[in-house]
Amino acid sequence: MTTPVIEMKAITKTFPGVRALSDVSFDVRTGEVQALVGENGAGKSTLIKILSGVYQADSGAVLMNGKAVHFRHPVDSLRAGISTIYQEFSLLPERTVAQNLFLGREPRTRLGLIDAAKMRDETKEVLALFAAAGRIDPDRIVGELDVATQQVVEIAKAVSTGARVVVMDEPTAALNEAECEELFATVDTLRERGVAIIYITHRMREIARLADRVTVLKDGEVAARFDEVPAPNEIVRAMVGRDIADFYAPPASPDEVGGLVLSVRGGGNAVLDGIDLDVRRGEIVGLAGIQGAGRVALARALFGDAPFERGDVTLDGDAVSFGTPRAAILGGIGLLPGDRKSEGLVLMQSVRDNGMLTSRAFASLWSSDRRNAHSDTVRMDGLLDHMEIRAASYDQDIRALSGGNQQKAIVARWLSMRPKLLIFIEPTRGIDVNSKAGIYHLMRDLAREGAGILMISSDLPEVIGAADRVLVMQAGRIVAEFPHGASEQDVMHAATAESEVAA
Amino acid sequence: MSGSEGAPPHKTKSGFRLERWAPLILLGGAFAIYVGVVLATGQAQYLTFDNLIAILGRSIALGITAIGQTFVILVASIDLSVASLISATAVLASVIMDGSPAMILPAVLAAVALGGLVGLTNGLVVTGLGVNPLIATLGMSLIIQGCLSAFVSNFAGSVPAEFQVFAYGRLGPFPLALLFLLALACLAWILLRFTKFGSDIYAVGGNEEAARFAGIKTRRIVVLSHVICSVCAVIAGLYLASRLRSGAPWIGADGVYDLESIAVVVIGGTVLAGGRGGIWGTMAGMLIFSLIDSVFNVAGVDSFAKQVLRGIIIVAAVAFYAARSKRIVA
Repeated sequence: MTTPVIEMKAITKTFPGVRALSDVSFDVRTGEVQALVGENGAGKSTLIKILSGVYQADSGAVLMNGKAVHFRHPVDSLRAGISTIYQEFSLLPERTVAQNLFLGREPRTRLGLIDAAKMRDETKEVLALFAAAGRIDPDRIVGELDVATQQVVEIAKAVSTGARVVVMDEPTAALNEAECEELFATVDTLRERGVAIIYITHRMREIARLADRVTVLKDGEVAARFDEVPAPNEIVRAMVGRDIADFYAPPASPDEVGGLVLSVRGGGNAVLDGIDLDVRRGEIVGLAGIQGAGRVALARALFGDAPFERGDVTLDGDAVSFGTPRAAILGGIGLLPGDRKSEGLVLMQSVRDNGMLTSRAFASLWSSDRRNAHSDTVRMDGLLDHMEIRAASYDQDIRALSGGNQQKAIVARWLSMRPKLLIFIEPTRGIDVNSKAGIYHLMRDLAREGAGILMISSDLPEVIGAADRVLVMQAGRIVAEFPHGASEQDVMHAATAESEVAA
Repeated sequence: MSGSEGAPPHKTKSGFRLERWAPLILLGGAFAIYVGVVLATGQAQYLTFDNLIAILGRSIALGITAIGQTFVILVASIDLSVASLISATAVLASVIMDGSPAMILPAVLAAVALGGLVGLTNGLVVTGLGVNPLIATLGMSLIIQGCLSAFVSNFAGSVPAEFQVFAYGRLGPFPLALLFLLALACLAWILLRFTKFGSDIYAVGGNEEAARFAGIKTRRIVVLSHVICSVCAVIAGLYLASRLRSGAPWIGADGVYDLESIAVVVIGGTVLAGGRGGIWGTMAGMLIFSLIDSVFNVAGVDSFAKQVLRGIIIVAAVAFYAARSKRIVA
């Protein structure tokens, strides 16, 4: 057996309050694809960031070809031949393919000017390694290429820097089926060229297709290591490693589910089409699908942010048509955005002010900030207490709170409006495992109190475990429905199957 | 709303990108309006070659300043201190020359040194201390103007005839200064288009993090861009001293070179957020500005109305780009 190109030994990393990694060992050899899997928050990203020099480990060692290395900066690891391809590309959208490939190391002519011809030729040479090569003109502006092609450019950039280790962080997240196949072919090419590939994913299908070995992380520790790709169930068991029934709140019993809260018939706009959707009082409806399938677009349409242009919507029996979020909120819809920091919170304001954000927006211009029909800080404190938010004081800046407590404050914000329908987008993104269970139970309690809940999540086990029904979207349509506890493979298959099968 | 998910996936677009050509289209529009107004008012004498050259001649100082401003805006910074620096340079050079041809070289060197110092300070305050460039350069502008006002309150020194050649000399039918501007623009273009430094500028402005991860010394690029901008302002100051035959502490502020140079760059299609744009856009922006001025002159618009119309045109041009780029995204 060859020595591993990269060997990470007994890596431990602690962030304030969280032990992200403890005693993790991991290695990858030339010409193999090592799949790194685990739930969100299991420590995959932290491990990769240590490898690429973004973070420094508290203890443990990183060996490259048997020699200890210390990366203090991402540039150090790049120079050593480790390229990391993140989900958000590091390409410059306004520059050409060739300019991006040679960013920071442009070939020069004898006059010291950039040798554009050489750059173009070498770009063609590198691109020729990939199946997509014929389509890519080195002089094209990167921003004009589709996402999959940009990814090929990103990978080509890694290859052209002479990377011996390529890390891919959920590379298929934004790709459709055909594009995925192309990516797999690209990965095969890299493997044949003797590149070591660390492939982060939580899709079993990709592991089966690509991986040579599998390492499973759970709660910052190595939960399992497989030298051959095992059956998907074995990986899933290692990933979850707990009694799922306890983790998620129990599903609604039939008598808990009441009348229709929301009903959409034939809803559509520029990105959605033929949406038929019912949500009942007391039930949690999950929306699954890959990136770009239209789940967030559907939430935005319901919330009046990018409204439906066709079809009928009834809320609580009344025909409605919301053209702005303000109208939707007045109608009784609440939305908890996926990116709390940029869309949900006013980070520099207090916990209480964040809770009051929406109700103040509907208060009279002349009301006091303390007490009136819509903005009542005493009632807000009661709601925050009810949410069991852990904060030194409600006057504290909300940015100091953990993700789970921030999310609860946003829930309290909506409760003050007594919504009929609550839309959660990625409710547990960036929240640690234990607080996740708290959020699931909270959603269930809200449903029991009579709200209809629509939950959008990219975390497949979460949608299946927390929702009473799972709707699967693809290309702007709802293509399948599954009951609580459906299998992950079935849902994933519906989300990624060729559209003619689904239609 | 979050996410890439709301938007449909990017489709491959055709090669033609209107926003790349927009400055030229705007310029064509401005020229058409100029010709239209000239013909409509029956003043065909304004269409002569000499007159067109004269139109260009009026915006040379603005053009030189805007070339420098293009560099800082491309790295996603900005420079509000150029107007004060122009005044300071004109006074400094004129006082050092004091009518003596022998002092031309020392005066020019002193002015360039001043520009280098100002640019270096701007750049270091922005990158090292992390001060927002708007504030850093506004502060610098106040400091320069304050120092200047403490020493001079009227025309100071005088420029020898030999140096006035810069503003008044001609090479055949062309004013020397116009050729100089063209040469400077070509130099800037070569720098931005064909050198590693230029490529680094676009990278830093486009995505600083990506540039840093590619091993580019991003701070150095920002500082150098500020130095280039200040040196361009110094050259504009020298030109104005040569043209006015003496330095006055108000010429920079009078010409509103700080805001107008930014406006010209933006009308030329360079994005304030950095990373996109170029010199020829800026030159087009400068021409648009001077054509608009000429249109107003020919049509006899009063100077206050002129100011209002200019404001509307700047905002309309930027709104045009914004609308375009939104359509590209959505």
